[in-house]
Amino acid sequence: MAEVIRKKRDFHHISRGWNWVLNLIAAVFAFLCVFPFLFVVIISLTDEKTLARDGYRLIPAKWSLEAYRFIFQTGDTLLRSYGVTLLVTVLGTLISLILISLYAYAISRKSFRYRRFFAIFAILTMLFNGGMIPTYMVVTQLLSLKDTIWAMILPLAMNAFYIMILRTFYSTSVPDAIIESGKIDGAGDFYIFLKIVLPLSLPGLATIGLFSTLGYWNDWFNALLYIENPNLVPLQSMLMRIESSIQFIQQNSANSSLSMTALQSIPQDTARMAMVVLATLPIVFAYPFFQRYFVQGLTVGAVKE
Amino acid sequence: MVQFFRNLAKNKVMLFMVLPGAIWFFFFSYLPLVGTIVAFKQYRFSREGFWASIAKSEWVGWDNFKFLFSTDDAYVITRNTLLYNIAFILLGLILSVAMAILLSELVNKRLAKIYQTGMFLPYFLSWVIVGYFAFSFLSLDRGMLNQILGWFGADPVQWYSESKYWPYILVIVNLWKAIGYSSVVYLASILGIDKSLYEAAMIDGASKWQQIRRITIPMLSPIIIIMTLLAVGRIFYADFGLFYQVPRDSGTLYSVTNVIDTYVYRGLKTTGEIGMSTAAGLYQSIVGFVLVIVSNFVVRKMDKDSALF
Repeated sequence: MAEVIRKKRDFHHISRGWNWVLNLIAAVFAFLCVFPFLFVVIISLTDEKTLARDGYRLIPAKWSLEAYRFIFQTGDTLLRSYGVTLLVTVLGTLISLILISLYAYAISRKSFRYRRFFAIFAILTMLFNGGMIPTYMVVTQLLSLKDTIWAMILPLAMNAFYIMILRTFYSTSVPDAIIESGKIDGAGDFYIFLKIVLPLSLPGLATIGLFSTLGYWNDWFNALLYIENPNLVPLQSMLMRIESSIQFIQQNSANSSLSMTALQSIPQDTARMAMVVLATLPIVFAYPFFQRYFVQGLTVGAVKE
Repeated sequence: MVQFFRNLAKNKVMLFMVLPGAIWFFFFSYLPLVGTIVAFKQYRFSREGFWASIAKSEWVGWDNFKFLFSTDDAYVITRNTLLYNIAFILLGLILSVAMAILLSELVNKRLAKIYQTGMFLPYFLSWVIVGYFAFSFLSLDRGMLNQILGWFGADPVQWYSESKYWPYILVIVNLWKAIGYSSVVYLASILGIDKSLYEAAMIDGASKWQQIRRITIPMLSPIIIIMTLLAVGRIFYADFGLFYQVPRDSGTLYSVTNVIDTYVYRGLKTTGEIGMSTAAGLYQSIVGFVLVIVSNFVVRKMDKDSALF
């Protein structure tokens, strides 16, 4: 057995020296991809005064948990933003899964008379769009969604590309014969969809659901356009705001020494980085378990019907 | 007519299924198309809403486009959008295919999996986070790059106001974020290549290099073509987050960081030139549309199965 394996290896594999070189290249690049996150973690754990003196160091002279303590003591903004992001992500993913799975199923069924019309209706939106400003006008003036959580949920709810991915998935993983036999047994279209098609296409739904979850979690653009109410600011957008508000305070405090001293007592730089860490941590822990769905989504999407 | 209603009734369950999605497309994709006529108007906001605002704005014909193209802005944003995207497409393609082949050749598959997971991380992060990452390197007084320059006795660089460095910074940041993801996609299709092809090649005495050139790359070409086609179709669209978050909206960098999307956004939110910005957006949509159609046509000529439609 060992003999066979060795033979196979000689047959298939590159030489030992090359293997070392390639491993090194891959390892260095992989490390560079993770390094900025580690660096930000280190910065967030640095003592604020040390930071002011030495700058961002890989091995700070003095470590401190002060930033995290500060955030958790005065943490209602962070907590509220977490809440907004969670709500938007959960509701949004649910809504987009329902919309996309229904639409994709209907246009995947050959018995649906208008399937071509609705398929083209969706595909056209991939080719041409009205752009940012007309969309902004529709959302704010016609639908009056400004400063509501729907302004962060609805614009991301549908996507023709996901519909095409899921339609391909249905047509490859749900055999027509099963649906036909369901029909013969007298089941209605909707019943068939719920009880037969959905359970069979769970991996496809998981892929779309995860893309959508990631999209909602990471979205700041819709909040930038539509949200002004500070109570509705999601996580990513709050990270943008603390940046500019601290800059604002700094600019205005240059004249008065009083607010300067008040400002120095806040671990502002480390606290900001600590918030970045807290916003990223869920993703860093979760993505290794889900990455295969993201690969699958793209490879399925690349295969046409 | 009767026949039509009979057909509707026959398909009613399916019609109910597409209805919510179709309504969404109507409001978020098709109505904004109607809104693009603002590009031919002097936009005036009306409290009475969407339709009133459009109807009460005065027609100005092609004036918005004339103003847009009479300034330097149109040239600068078009140039930036195109050149950055070309760099991203070419370098991204070469580096991610190379990385995918490299990963597929590693002997220790478990290590390869670990590298792959590491490279995939940036894909999952938002541009806001990436902007902070970049800041930790580029900050004037605290950033790592200026500290390293300090060790060599060089003067610190004001990264956020020196425009000459930004073409490189933006390309590097974008590649950093994108390569892991796209190489994983290419890797998935390399692993799908029939192993017997390689065995046959080896029996004929083909070297590893020959196998890569004669088998791996040709077998990858359909997915390479599709991915590149998708990217070329979107060459007129810039990644708003990259150009807005990473340079921290710094005004002195606009000459090298302003792209069509950031220009349109600033027209909406800061300068208030709604008509001209909508004109820029429409210009983007139309050229983008033509590019998708043309690139799809070209691919169709070359290889019918790889075309999008």
